[in-house]
Amino acid sequence: MSFTRMLAVAKKEVVQILRDSRSLFIVIIMPVTLMLLFGYGVNLDLKGMPVYVLDRDGSQQSQDLLKRFQASEYFKVVKVVDGYPAIARALDDGHAKMGIVIPWDFSQRLQAGGPVQVQALVDATDDNSANVLIGYAQGVVQGYSAQMQSNWLQQRGQSLQPAPVSIETRTWYNEDLESSAFIIPGVLALVMSVIGAFLTSLTIAREWERGSMEQLISTPVSAMEIMFGKLAPYFVLGMFDVLICALIAIYWFHVPFRGSFVTLMGSSALFLVVVLSLGFYISVMAKNQFAACQIALLVTFLPAFLLSGFLFSIEQMPIVLQWITRIMPARYYVTVLKKIFLKGTPTAMLYAELIPLAVFAFVLALLATHSFHKRLE
Amino acid sequence: MFGRLKQMLIKEFIQVFRDKRTRFILIGPPIIQMLVFGYAATYEIHHVPTVVLDLDHSQESRELVSRFTSSPYFEVQRQLTDSRQIRDLIDKGDATVGLEIDAGFAQKLRKGQTAPLQVIVDATNSNTALIASSYITQIALGFAKDYQQDRIYRIAPQFVSAIPSIELEQRPWYNAELSSRWFFVPGVIGSLTLILVITLTAFAVVREREIGTLEQIMVTPIRPAEFILGKTLPFFLIGVADVLLIAVVGSLWFQVPFRGNVAVLALGAVLFILCMLGVGLLISTVSSTQQQAMVTAFFFIMPAITFSGFGFPISTMPQWMQYFSYCIPLRYFLVVLRGVYLKGVGLDILWPEMTVMAAMAVGLLTVSILRFHKALD
Repeated sequence: MSFTRMLAVAKKEVVQILRDSRSLFIVIIMPVTLMLLFGYGVNLDLKGMPVYVLDRDGSQQSQDLLKRFQASEYFKVVKVVDGYPAIARALDDGHAKMGIVIPWDFSQRLQAGGPVQVQALVDATDDNSANVLIGYAQGVVQGYSAQMQSNWLQQRGQSLQPAPVSIETRTWYNEDLESSAFIIPGVLALVMSVIGAFLTSLTIAREWERGSMEQLISTPVSAMEIMFGKLAPYFVLGMFDVLICALIAIYWFHVPFRGSFVTLMGSSALFLVVVLSLGFYISVMAKNQFAACQIALLVTFLPAFLLSGFLFSIEQMPIVLQWITRIMPARYYVTVLKKIFLKGTPTAMLYAELIPLAVFAFVLALLATHSFHKRLE
Repeated sequence: MFGRLKQMLIKEFIQVFRDKRTRFILIGPPIIQMLVFGYAATYEIHHVPTVVLDLDHSQESRELVSRFTSSPYFEVQRQLTDSRQIRDLIDKGDATVGLEIDAGFAQKLRKGQTAPLQVIVDATNSNTALIASSYITQIALGFAKDYQQDRIYRIAPQFVSAIPSIELEQRPWYNAELSSRWFFVPGVIGSLTLILVITLTAFAVVREREIGTLEQIMVTPIRPAEFILGKTLPFFLIGVADVLLIAVVGSLWFQVPFRGNVAVLALGAVLFILCMLGVGLLISTVSSTQQQAMVTAFFFIMPAITFSGFGFPISTMPQWMQYFSYCIPLRYFLVVLRGVYLKGVGLDILWPEMTVMAAMAVGLLTVSILRFHKALD
């Protein structure tokens, strides 16, 4: 393998990248955009959800209960309606996420004693929001109920303070439970997949499609030299993007960074080798840019998005899918990122992730060189 | 005119279906993605690994712990004796939630003071932390409520049947079992359609330009209008076929209910596909290579999916992002999809979304066709 020839291929690729200023611009701007998108856009902590209220009783007690809903930061009473159909319609067209219905005999039955039911109609199309809303609503109703009971007992000469269990939650590694802190390390894996696999998956397919591959074959450049020459510029771009992402994460979103920077760059380099090799392999196999890009989407972006633990927790997936995530390099990379950023795990403790990553990198690089060699003959 | 258009259509269909890989790509990846999404994308939690440190050893603390043991959301794996063990287990990732009940818990409850339950959550584990917190709150609330009833019974047994209490009767509409799958599957139909139609359209035109066959077509007697129609009609039809395929697979495989009218969904899908054709054409007019088309398309696709409310609630995004989401056609299509699938609503509710999509389709197609004419000249 000749270094000069490899350099020549790399130079050609760099010229091709540089000439296409828009692609270059996007490659540099993409990490920033993805970081901002996910950093700001993904937030599962609900506040101020629109609520419609139907108070059929209109008594002092029902008003007191509704005031508690109004005071909660999680709800925003947007409308008081006078009929059930209005609530049904608001849930149908999405103007309300929840409707609270107080029965007409609410205060009467409270007077009489015994349990009284208040209805919460919740739009559960989004199961997660519905769940959280129901939890908050229960908190409000129960708080009012306990207060009322202790008043009631007091009037009858019994003193009984409500004894609540207070929950002191400490969220480790991400003290404010900021969505951005657990999302952003994973965004790095997404960016790497896009840069690595997408762009490279097109480079070889492009040569085949345009017919310039035959020209390349007729030169003394060897298969290895073509591969390394073609991938080197994208490797540099990818590492540059890791750096940008890390800086944005730390200085813009203030995601804690507790581990070693060298390990971050080292594991990113390994993951880049994985996705670059995959992209290269795909482009050799597909020989058609459209097919190459769609397959790259399927085998790199999708796993990085869905099967890496970046957004959806792996433990909660069906067991078969959990096994499948074990052969997804992105899973190991995302775990490393979260540990480096949030937990500050020392490098020596990361072997369970770094070794599989290294193995993936080695095997895939081998596969890529091998496949290309054969195709040239 | 129709003769030439027919020839052009035949050519496009041959081009798409001749290649074995492209044929596969129109069918394989959408189905795989639908299945992976359906299984992997979930906000539900089950059996979250939990460890308990009960330093109080009282009847009350045991009662509280048993509520976690019997909950399907948590799996109490170990009872610990030392608070350092919690740290260890969470650090290693063996436990996601740690519950700590300090000595004096029961005493405080008996005196009517606030009794703390310490909760330690591993927040690197994406949204599981948030959702688990919400369930922990609900369990603790339930415990506090029942404990209160017990105290009343002990202090003043004569009041137990007379004391008023308020209960929240929760009614999750549209998705009674709060299934994440029901939330995601309709959304995946929209997202996959978006990706497929945009990339197909953008690539098809740019490929001709890149390979140089566009000039050959230009010297034939075909008129620009026929060319555009010939290029878009096949992808429109493929888009429609793909929506149908994904929708059928998604609904049958995952048993998502279809409560609305097929015609309403069809209307929404046609309008949405027209919008995406416009975007794809527009991208093709500003790209000269497929790589460029790909990065540009991706640059549009990522924000479009993130802002659409596909997986993350729009209402928790920053205000500027919420405004921006109004420009995303997918946002409206998702409302239609979920409306028809889960809510079973019709045009009387969905007409605003349909109108916006129709306007967007007209606007996008006009602009892109005008630009396309220019690019052809």
